[in-house]
Amino acid sequence: MRAPREHYLEVVKTTPFHRRTQAANHLNLWHRWRDYTVADAYFDVALEYTALRNACAVFDISPMTKHRISGPDALAFLNRLVTRDVSRIREGRVGYCVWCDDRGQVIDDGTIFHLGHNDYRLCSQERQLDWLLRSALGFDVSIREETAEVAALALQGPTSAAVLRALGVSAVESQTPFSLRVVPFEGSSLMVSRTGFTGDLGYELWIPPTHAERLWDALFEAGMHVGIKPMGTHALEMARIEAGFIQAGVDFLPADRAIRTDRTRSPLELDLGWLVDFNKDHFTGRAALLAERAQGSRYRLVRLDVEGNKPAKDAYIYDDRRRVIGAVTSSMWSPMCKASIALASVQMPWGDPQDTLWAEIYYQKELKWSRSNMRCQVMSGAFYEPARRKITPPPNV
Amino acid sequence: MTRYDVIVVGAGHNGLTSAAFLAKSGLKVLVLERNPYFGGATVSRELHTGWMYSNCSYVCGLLRPEIYRSLDLGRHGLQIVPYGGGVGFTRDGDVLGGYVDKEVKRREIARYSTKDSDAYLRYGRDVMRQCRLVRSLLMRTPPDPSSLKPRDLKEMLYIAGEFGKLGESSIYDTLRFYTMSIADYLGEYFENDTVKANFAGSGIIGTALGVYSPGTAYVLLHHYMGDVDGQMGAWGFARGGMGAVSQAIAHSLQSMGGEIRVNASVAQIMTHHGKVKGVALDNGDEIEAPIVLSALDPKRTFLGLLSEQSLDAALVKRARHFKIRGSSGKINIALDGLPSFPALGPNHPLLAGDMHFLDSLERFERAYDDFKRGTWSKDPYLDLLMPSVTDPTMAPPGKHFMSVFVQYVPALIDGRAWTEADRDAFKKTVFAQISRYSPDFEKLVLHAEVRTPQELESEVGLTEGNIFQGELTFDQLLFNRPFPGFAQYRGPAKGLYLCGSGSHPGGGVMAAPGANAAREVLLDLRRPTTVPGSWSDD
Repeated sequence: MRAPREHYLEVVKTTPFHRRTQAANHLNLWHRWRDYTVADAYFDVALEYTALRNACAVFDISPMTKHRISGPDALAFLNRLVTRDVSRIREGRVGYCVWCDDRGQVIDDGTIFHLGHNDYRLCSQERQLDWLLRSALGFDVSIREETAEVAALALQGPTSAAVLRALGVSAVESQTPFSLRVVPFEGSSLMVSRTGFTGDLGYELWIPPTHAERLWDALFEAGMHVGIKPMGTHALEMARIEAGFIQAGVDFLPADRAIRTDRTRSPLELDLGWLVDFNKDHFTGRAALLAERAQGSRYRLVRLDVEGNKPAKDAYIYDDRRRVIGAVTSSMWSPMCKASIALASVQMPWGDPQDTLWAEIYYQKELKWSRSNMRCQVMSGAFYEPARRKITPPPNV
Repeated sequence: MTRYDVIVVGAGHNGLTSAAFLAKSGLKVLVLERNPYFGGATVSRELHTGWMYSNCSYVCGLLRPEIYRSLDLGRHGLQIVPYGGGVGFTRDGDVLGGYVDKEVKRREIARYSTKDSDAYLRYGRDVMRQCRLVRSLLMRTPPDPSSLKPRDLKEMLYIAGEFGKLGESSIYDTLRFYTMSIADYLGEYFENDTVKANFAGSGIIGTALGVYSPGTAYVLLHHYMGDVDGQMGAWGFARGGMGAVSQAIAHSLQSMGGEIRVNASVAQIMTHHGKVKGVALDNGDEIEAPIVLSALDPKRTFLGLLSEQSLDAALVKRARHFKIRGSSGKINIALDGLPSFPALGPNHPLLAGDMHFLDSLERFERAYDDFKRGTWSKDPYLDLLMPSVTDPTMAPPGKHFMSVFVQYVPALIDGRAWTEADRDAFKKTVFAQISRYSPDFEKLVLHAEVRTPQELESEVGLTEGNIFQGELTFDQLLFNRPFPGFAQYRGPAKGLYLCGSGSHPGGGVMAAPGANAAREVLLDLRRPTTVPGSWSDD
């Protein structure tokens, strides 16, 4: 039986939380995240961001692509798929990973949830079914997209653990970063993972769509006195850049979508070399990445602290001799760092910490355009990473 | 008597385009057209009072925007209106909708196969990679690979460069792509037969090959390489019918002093000692000009306008063996109202799109089998559109014009000419196919024009009724189109040029052959070119 053909009448769908997010969206600002409509912002981007860094904020991640991978060869399959050693992601743990095409170019990044013995969930920005199924040839594994079957919220910020405590989730006391727990919730089960896209203390909550609204209500009830707020995509984007995280389609072009094949990047070129394990068994792209390691990369992803206070949006990056050697992919004014920060892709060999790079920034004030060349300092690691992110048991505030 | 610098034989869109660019250079140009109207196969004809028929070509997606802009076609009345998607009907009463919205389209494919819905992204990517290569070559003259002239070497290097840009794996793909069958190609992406059938039609339109015949994958590309305002692969209508395209080019030409003479059938291109002198008309008139461009297909040009006896022997053989098999027909219909398609339901957005009725590759192949046996497909592939759903100028309010392209239709029935009875039976076959999916269609028919390859040949002048002026297979593309040694638009006599779709880059209402031919004429005359180069995709 085929699905009903009238789906075209609903071009953009709503997430299981929509009635709640709509009521909370005082700005009535929405955008499309593939199949779904999600909030850009609810009441004020700066205040939503502030709620995240100061108290806690809830972000609807239901549209994120989710694949269920299970069967006798699930582990072997994942180990051949991604560059890191999946056997080290124990049951009840979550691991960040990337996967490449045969040329060692990154197709996407995502998180692997080890739910049970040979039972995994892979979350990613882009749809991956075609690549996963092609990669499954020769493996006894079952793969299915379950995006619509799982509703999910990110609960992030310093009081996020307090909210879960108030909700009676005692598991948080022993829950270390990148671990997951399943707890009962109003006759259903709630999966709590200590993960997120903000670089802060935070959790992601996974629930059957039937219980989505009850979860939303319970969270806001439990968080009432610790500053819980809904957060839209704009605020999340700020947190993501401060955390130094990259995003598919923004900071790199997914290799399996590239029409111009020279526009892609390898994990080594995205500062993700730490995710590549040449000591494990074969994985797709291994030979190409070994060759790249021996011969050198073409590009490097750098995190830049840009002089002055102007965001370096879409800026060219120059070397000391005024040659264009790269471009900014993500940028913002960071409230936490009080700095203009940026992610950029630069040609090798540029991008060492001692290199002097320049960002050419165009900006306008009251319709007058100006240009400034700002010195950039190459940073390492996250721009902002509070200690609470890694403390177990997590602090209450 | 007026002296002309240039005579163009045939006032189709390519002939007119060549003429316009030459007039733009200041040359005195005359276009001669056999029919009492101009446009060739790019016409709108009021064959039923109040209805405008795009009775040959019927959609516009390949017309090069560089030409549009350069000849100022917008100001001369042309408007290209994108239309909304397409739909394939299945025998079990369902549809596979090709919605414009990417996500809706993906969900629709997922109704048939989740895997295929994701594979569609990869398919789109790979086709776009190949399109980028082809698009970069459209507004250029193919190099002669055997020549050591600087220009040929430069152009060969350019092609090599564009080829190199594809990246290593795509280079392998390109060579496979040009030689594969559309069925094999689709099989590398899709598992579901209905999904494959949905994409297969573009591989065989206008081509006397089946979906399993090598070479059909490229034909698909030929239909994907256009765009409407940057929407790659999109197709649209010329507002007012396809005649609006030739009208606009003609107005542009006339505004620059060019002349068009209809009812002027050219019998012969006159040459003297290997040089063009002018043309002789059927009525005996002779018009002199040092340069003649033929927009007719290569067979008609080499074997008709020129005499075989005046050509080298091997060339005559090449021209005779040029593949220009007719394989399609057309039925143009005036409708008293909008027919219903129950599988879509009323007010469905895809009523504005192209409709297809073969839901398996097997049916495509059986349709081809009929053709090979010398008759039209009894279960034919149709590319059916109702332009009047989108374009209010095509039919009176509430009434509709339906354009039905039919594949496969042979030039001869069992080796003999079509009879009135054949034509009638052919019409019945097509009507039955439509009625299977639209029960009230037939009773809305007010008038129908049936065009078999025979009419396309006798009325439009396309040999065997081949809509591309020669098959678009790899052996007849680029520097082999129409044949080796004549791919740079120059004919066998000095001053003679080829400017029709039989030359690179082929048919489909691109106007690129016409523009490229004009560029070569101006180059030979050492005049600054008026013909634009191609815009970069990057």
